[in-house]
Amino acid sequence: MGTEASPKIVIVDESPIRAAILQEGLREAGYTEVVHISEMQSLLARIYALDPDIIVIDLENPSRDSLEQMFQVSRAVRRPIAMFVDQSDAASIQASVDAGVSAYIVDGLKKERIKPILDLCVSRFNAFARLQNELDRTKSALEERKVIDRAKGILMKLKGLTEEEAYVLMRSTAMREKKKIGEIAQSILTASELLK
Amino acid sequence: MSVPLHIGFIPLVDAAALIVAVDKGFAAVEGLDVTLVREVSWSNVRDKLNIGLFDAAHLLAPVAIASSLGIGHVKVPIVAPFNLGINGNAITVSPVLHAALMGELDGDRFDPMATARALARVVTARRKKGAEPLTFAMTFPFSTHNYQLRFWIAAGGVDPDEDVRLVVLPPPFMAQSLASGQIDGFCAGAPWNSVAVDRGDGHILHFVSDILVRAAEKVLAVRQGWAEKNVGVVAALTRAASRAADFVEQDRAETARILAKPDRIGVDAEVIQRTLEGRLKISPDGTMRESDRYLLVGREAAARPDPVQAAWLLSQMARWGQTTVSPKALATAMAVFRPDLYDVALGTSAPAGATEPFTAFAGPAFDVGDVEGYLASFAVTRKAL
Repeated sequence: MGTEASPKIVIVDESPIRAAILQEGLREAGYTEVVHISEMQSLLARIYALDPDIIVIDLENPSRDSLEQMFQVSRAVRRPIAMFVDQSDAASIQASVDAGVSAYIVDGLKKERIKPILDLCVSRFNAFARLQNELDRTKSALEERKVIDRAKGILMKLKGLTEEEAYVLMRSTAMREKKKIGEIAQSILTASELLK
Repeated sequence: MSVPLHIGFIPLVDAAALIVAVDKGFAAVEGLDVTLVREVSWSNVRDKLNIGLFDAAHLLAPVAIASSLGIGHVKVPIVAPFNLGINGNAITVSPVLHAALMGELDGDRFDPMATARALARVVTARRKKGAEPLTFAMTFPFSTHNYQLRFWIAAGGVDPDEDVRLVVLPPPFMAQSLASGQIDGFCAGAPWNSVAVDRGDGHILHFVSDILVRAAEKVLAVRQGWAEKNVGVVAALTRAASRAADFVEQDRAETARILAKPDRIGVDAEVIQRTLEGRLKISPDGTMRESDRYLLVGREAAARPDPVQAAWLLSQMARWGQTTVSPKALATAMAVFRPDLYDVALGTSAPAGATEPFTAFAGPAFDVGDVEGYLASFAVTRKAL
C-alpha cells in the first residue's frame, strides 16, 4: 500500500441512512475509496474480495462476530486484520463503543492515519444517534398529540364539554396530580376502553 | 439502598440462571437492581464488559480466558465467580449431510468416533468428485463450540482448517443458513439446534456431552479489578445466581416461560423446556433423544467454577494455534475460574472425594500437570504463528 494512497474503507451497516452519513463524511474528508456493504449474506467473501485497509461496523450488527474471525489464522486472509487500537488506546475504544461503532484495521496501517478516520466515524455515529433521538422525540410528541385529542373527544362526549373546557379539565387534573397531560389523556383512554 | 448493575447476555438457554435471578427477584432480594441488556454479538458483550459499560456478563468461558491473556484482543483480566452452564451445545447437520454420514457409518450413530470416521470418508469422497469442501459454522473463534466441533472433526483425521471450512455465524442465523445451503452443519447452544430440527432443516448429530463428558460453557464474568473493589456485590450476585440456578432445575416449566419472553430469548417456551430437560427432538421425523447431561445449570456442582476446565480450554486454544501454553499462561487461565469467590459467597467448600477423570471420546485423559504431553497425543493440530 502506498503511503499517499487513500486507504480503502469498507462500511458494514444495515442502516442505509447512517451508512450514507458516514460515507459522505469520509468523502468530504478526502477519503475517496469507500464501499458500503449492506448485505450480510456472504459478508466475509465480499470483504476478502474488496481487500480493504479498514472495516467499520455498527455494533447492532450480529455479523460482528463473523468479522472477529478474521483475526484468526486462516487460508482465506491475505493480510492480517488487527483490532483498531493497541492497549494504550482505551479511550478510543470507549468512545467508539459508546457511539455504537467498531473498526478493524489491516495490521501495519500507521496509527496517525487511522486516528482521523476513527474520530470521524465516532462523530458521525453520534450525530446519527442524535438525529434518531430527535426523530423519536418528534414521533412521540405526535403520538401524545393524538392521545390528547382522542381523550378530549371522550370528555366532550361524556361530560358535554367544549373542546376548550375538556382541555382545561385535563390540564388542571395533570397539575393537581403532578403528572403530564399526556399521561392523564392516556388514562382517560385506558379507562374508556375498560368501561366500554 | 440497592446497587444498580448492568449485565449483558446473549439469547441462549444457558443464560437461564442470570435471567431467572433478575426476573424472579433473587437479585433484588440481594439488594441488586439489575438491568439485563440483550446483545447481538459476543464481541459486543466482551467490549462492553471490558470498558465498563457492563458490570457483569453472560460470557463464553474461552472469551474470559482470552481476554485475561490478551489473545486476539485487548488484555483485560476477567474473573468468573459462577459457572452459568456445563455442556448445552449440540452439533447439527443438514438432512443431506446426515444421510451421507449415516450411509458411511460403521458403528453406533451416537458414538462420535464412528461419525468422525464417517465424516472423513464423506470429505474424501467429495474431494475426489471435485465438490466444494463442507462448511461448518460455530459461534465465535474463542468458543467451546469451536473447540468441540474441531475436536470431533479432527478425531477422524479431517483437518478442520484445511479439509473443511469453518465460519462464524450468530446462533439465531444457524437454522436459516442450514436451510439455504450456506452451511452443512453447525455447533451452537440451546435452543438453536432444536429450532433447526423443528423447522425441518437439520438433524442433531451429537450432544457435546458425547464429545467431552463435562465442558464449562458460559460463565458469569466480571472484571478482576471491579471484583476486587466490589467484593460484597460479587458475593451478592453469586448468591442470586445460585438461588436462580436451583430454581432452574426445580421448576423448568416456569423457567422456560421466563426465558421465552421476547426481550429474553424470544423462542417458544416448549422448545426451551425440552432443552432444560435434556429431552431433544433430534430429527424432523420426531425421533427423540434424552440425556441428563445435555445441559447442567444448578446440579452436579455445575455452578462451582473448576479451574481444570479453564486449563482444558487453554489447551484447545493452543491446539488450534490461537496461543501457546506456558506455565504463566496456564496459571493465568486457571485463575479466571474462581471457586474461592463462589465458596465465600455461598459458604461452600471444595467437594470431597476424588474428581472424575477428565476425558473426551478421543485422546488420553486431560492432565493439567502435562498439557504439552496431552497436546502431543493428537495427530491433527495447528501451530501458532
